[in-house]
Amino acid sequence: MIQTIDSIPQSPYPDMDRILREFPCRPDLLIEILHAAQQHFGYLGKELLGHIAARLDMPPSMVYGVASFYHSFHLNPPARHHCTVCLGTSCHIRGGSLLMKQLEQRLSIRANTTDYQRGITLDSVRCLGTCGMAPLAVLDTVIIGGSTAETITDEVCSRLEPTGDKTESAP
Amino acid sequence: MNATDLTMRAAIFRKRQADHTINVSVCSGSPCIAAGAENILTALRGLDLPVSVHTFGVGCMGPCSRGPLIRIESNGQVATYERMTTSLAASALLAHLEDRNQAEGLLSEEFPFFVGQQRIVLSNCGGIDPENLESALGAGAYGALARMMEEMTPEQVCAEIAASGLRGRGGGGYPTGTKWNLVRGAAGTRKFIVANGDEGDPGAFMDRTLMESDPHRLLEGMAIAGYAVGAKHGFIYVRGEYPLAARRLRLAIQQAEEAGILGRRVLDNRFSFSIRLRIGAGAFVCGEETALMASVMGQRGQPLIRPPYPAQRGLWGCSTLINNVETFGCIPPIIQNGASWFNSIGTPGNSGTKVFSISGDVATIGVLEVPLGTPLKKIVQMAGGVVGGNFKAAQTGGASGGCIPASHLDMPVDFDSLPHLGSIMGSGGMIIINDQRCMPDMARFFIDFCREESCGKCVPCRTGTEQLLRLLDRITQGEGAEEDLGRMKELCTLMQDASLCGLGMAAPTPVLSTLRWFRHEYEAHIRNGVCPSGVCSRGDI
Repeated sequence: MIQTIDSIPQSPYPDMDRILREFPCRPDLLIEILHAAQQHFGYLGKELLGHIAARLDMPPSMVYGVASFYHSFHLNPPARHHCTVCLGTSCHIRGGSLLMKQLEQRLSIRANTTDYQRGITLDSVRCLGTCGMAPLAVLDTVIIGGSTAETITDEVCSRLEPTGDKTESAP
Repeated sequence: MNATDLTMRAAIFRKRQADHTINVSVCSGSPCIAAGAENILTALRGLDLPVSVHTFGVGCMGPCSRGPLIRIESNGQVATYERMTTSLAASALLAHLEDRNQAEGLLSEEFPFFVGQQRIVLSNCGGIDPENLESALGAGAYGALARMMEEMTPEQVCAEIAASGLRGRGGGGYPTGTKWNLVRGAAGTRKFIVANGDEGDPGAFMDRTLMESDPHRLLEGMAIAGYAVGAKHGFIYVRGEYPLAARRLRLAIQQAEEAGILGRRVLDNRFSFSIRLRIGAGAFVCGEETALMASVMGQRGQPLIRPPYPAQRGLWGCSTLINNVETFGCIPPIIQNGASWFNSIGTPGNSGTKVFSISGDVATIGVLEVPLGTPLKKIVQMAGGVVGGNFKAAQTGGASGGCIPASHLDMPVDFDSLPHLGSIMGSGGMIIINDQRCMPDMARFFIDFCREESCGKCVPCRTGTEQLLRLLDRITQGEGAEEDLGRMKELCTLMQDASLCGLGMAAPTPVLSTLRWFRHEYEAHIRNGVCPSGVCSRGDI
């Protein structure tokens, strides 16, 4: 029996259904759908994944399997700020790991963890392809790099200060 | 739009461009944007000037570490400026109004990074506005596609590509013409074209540069391939970490569809071809073609055993042609200028040029294109030489590659030479390492990378990388034993022989290569418990 999305009453995720309407309901578009869902909700929670699975008529295990396979999909809620340190080859030899260490110390947070109380996630990425600025960190969407680990750490910290202006672009 | 409209629109754009007294292009590649290029563009556009000045954003100009870069064209003279700020860029423009150059930031005409290059794939990068179709048309985009459909049969196109000697630029070096003929000859009416833009090797950013700077080049190359092998649909798989490339590609596809270049009846011919974008989600293994196909189909990116190859059974069981982004970038110039022209560049068996992204301990980090077979030494010189110490090694081929020591600096860089030294040319990432760096630490870095990125499907790769990392951890912490080197070698050979896909098979290369050329550094860690370069003891690894 074919049931259209609109015919199901009181969906727990009306926003997700709206996103799904923009895609043909095909399993091969799962990754695109997950990208769109994450952009809207900020992360892919278990219930949401189950909802997507039901709508695409796929086993939830398969949808969860895909969501958990790829690094860019977050299964937990994001913090207010997201700081990513590049640990690609160029950044590595120019002190990327040192930068990570310093950020861990100054922000008192371990790499690849989230401090919900203070609203920050610290993690790493393997090469953003902007090796000219090595070493570098990305705070939310702003790339901060092209100098020493100390300067970058200072810059990240000052942008995270509650009083600081966070909307300004990189110098 | 047909072929005549194409030529006309190109001519109109060129005429308009020439009507401006001064043309100012601001590099809008992602490194330059990160360095503040957009502010410069806005500031220059806001200037009140007495003559007609056209200020526009262009793709990557090459020397990324010297950004933001701008180029000012007036009276037939071209001047390029590095490390611009809004005020410096404005004063440079004012200087050109007075018909002189500004000294500050001016790059000399003999700037080695530019002089030694032969740009075929990147010919329009840094010259055209990647977000403007007319700008691309003005530089000759889709000319090869139009000409091919007028003059050549699909068989002839495949024969031309085979005759050009073009080899896959993703690193494998497989003859592109052979692959095309395989897909053309494959059974079935439904076929697909896939462009592999999942540039995951750390330190590689050639494909990002091309996709961000000249997206129409990739679309044209794919359309030509579609015509040649009989495919109507194409996919571009872009790495998730490249949002700007994805945005510009999406825009380019939309523009090409609206102009009648893609879609039904390409340029008013009976051939139809559509392209869809797929965005990766952060998995290095998806650069492997079978894993990439799984990802295109919305699944976990886990590789399959080959054969069957994608040419036999690819997307949804149909014959599929997968080429790297740069390979597609080579196609239009080959069709336009002929196979023999392409063959005249490079060395026998390695025709054409190669784009390299050079980074690490060099004066100028960026993207450059040179004929295949160019000596490593020359490439390093073009990048301004080594900084912070003396040359120790060049790491080529990313996580699947090895290190080339100083004693082999004269080596020509091509598909066939580097394997003799235990490395590969790979997709073109090149990291220059000075003598302040520690090689076992480099090997550890790459193994840690492969361990993290191993998809976990086969045991040799999943467990092998884990064990190698433990051994390397021990060694770099000064707690290694003499037998560890033998153990590592044994484990490496096993992984090469028994892994399922290229990731696992190539993962040991950085270890084997550093063991071959820098064994003394491993021995110093083990015997004396110290890192000769002082890296491992600094506690930042």
